[in-house]
Amino acid sequence: MTFGRGLRPLSIASAVLITGAFALVFFYAPNDADQGFVQKIFYLHVPLAIVALCGFVAGGIYGILYLRSNDRAHDLRSYVAIHISLIFAVGALITGSIWARASWGHWWVWDEPTLVSFLIVFLLYACYQPLRFSIEDPERQARYASVFAIVAGVFVPLNFMAVRLAESLAHPRVLSTTGGAMPGDMRMTFLVSLVGMACLYVTLWKYELAAKSASIQLRSLRRRLAGDEGLAPLQRSAAPQQL
Amino acid sequence: MRTTVAALIRKDLQLERRSFESVPAMLMFSVTVFVLFHFGLDRNALAGDLAAGVLWVTLLLAAVLGMNRLFVAEREQGGFDAFLLAPVDRTAMFVAKAAVLFGFLVAVELVAVPAFVLLLLEPGIGQALPELLAVLLLADAGIAVVGTLVGALGVQTRARDLIIPLIALPLLVPVVIGAAQATAPLLEAGGADALEVRWLGVLALYDAVFGLLAYAVFDYLLEE
Repeated sequence: MTFGRGLRPLSIASAVLITGAFALVFFYAPNDADQGFVQKIFYLHVPLAIVALCGFVAGGIYGILYLRSNDRAHDLRSYVAIHISLIFAVGALITGSIWARASWGHWWVWDEPTLVSFLIVFLLYACYQPLRFSIEDPERQARYASVFAIVAGVFVPLNFMAVRLAESLAHPRVLSTTGGAMPGDMRMTFLVSLVGMACLYVTLWKYELAAKSASIQLRSLRRRLAGDEGLAPLQRSAAPQQL
Repeated sequence: MRTTVAALIRKDLQLERRSFESVPAMLMFSVTVFVLFHFGLDRNALAGDLAAGVLWVTLLLAAVLGMNRLFVAEREQGGFDAFLLAPVDRTAMFVAKAAVLFGFLVAVELVAVPAFVLLLLEPGIGQALPELLAVLLLADAGIAVVGTLVGALGVQTRARDLIIPLIALPLLVPVVIGAAQATAPLLEAGGADALEVRWLGVLALYDAVFGLLAYAVFDYLLEE
């Protein structure tokens, strides 16, 4: 199984896109009329959040593929997708908090539905690795983790809808996250940031996949050379350890 | 399928009748939490959204107790193995367990809701009763479906008592939102306001989506 194919062009593309996006953010996009310079964290925060959510859903799709095919590579893909999405989600929560503090004066605002639903989704996915860790049998671990990934993947849009319904009547949205109300140069910057962030996510995902599968293959080669006695026993882990 | 489901439900109800493991515990827990809320909030009577919030958070936490126990007997006494050996549709297990959890919740609420009215609720509840019943049933269905799924997911893990609430509570946030928002106007101090139908819609949508989803993935939790 080769996960490392195409890593070099992907890495170069994400380096160029992320650098380009930051250049656009600082030198091209205008300062927001209401919020001033602080609003530029938007170009980091929103792509982080969108990419993290898409990654969660992708984890669910790979979960479906695993259950259908019983191919461990899909479980590995699902695991790594959710793992990296969790890291992106922490970034999104922190930048969101900073933005909220700067523009509304509070570190946390409960009446911003996107922020609240994001926290709920984050809390749910934070249980993904404990769940995997507490199941010892690798086959069952993969199967249960896939079921969790599918259920949670469906939960993401449903939860956003419910939270938004609960709050939206009181507070009109200042800036629609889809970019519908943005002037052209802001939208351009935002789209470049979004594509750059997505590219970075895919690159990191592939790197992690390549690293994980390399160490799994290394272990099986060692076993072939030295036999089972020559190997340290597998540590219990949340990550898939077999392909 | 229907006879299998009926047999499984009968078995679980008989177990509950003989051991009294779930319903009395859930009930005692709910009443205790009402008392805790009385002291924690330092209020003698609640109304409106505060009352709805206290009621739903309590019922949800009590439901988690039921989820924790739902599959324990199957696992420890070999019920899963016996079920897998039998030539029956595996989905029957999901349907039966969800029905049993739903029944437990209804049984708990039959006592816990009147206890709540008696202990904490400021306005009377008589005129809003049909609406309240609709909200309770829809929310119970959602809790039962998700609770069965998460209970089956968590019972095979080593840290069952931790994993089940940690996964179930975030998954049930939409139910709390829908149920609490729907219940709040019914419990207003000055008499019940009209129920907002869209919250019933949210609950029904949640039930339908997670019902279908659980129906689709539950088989994978039983495989050996």
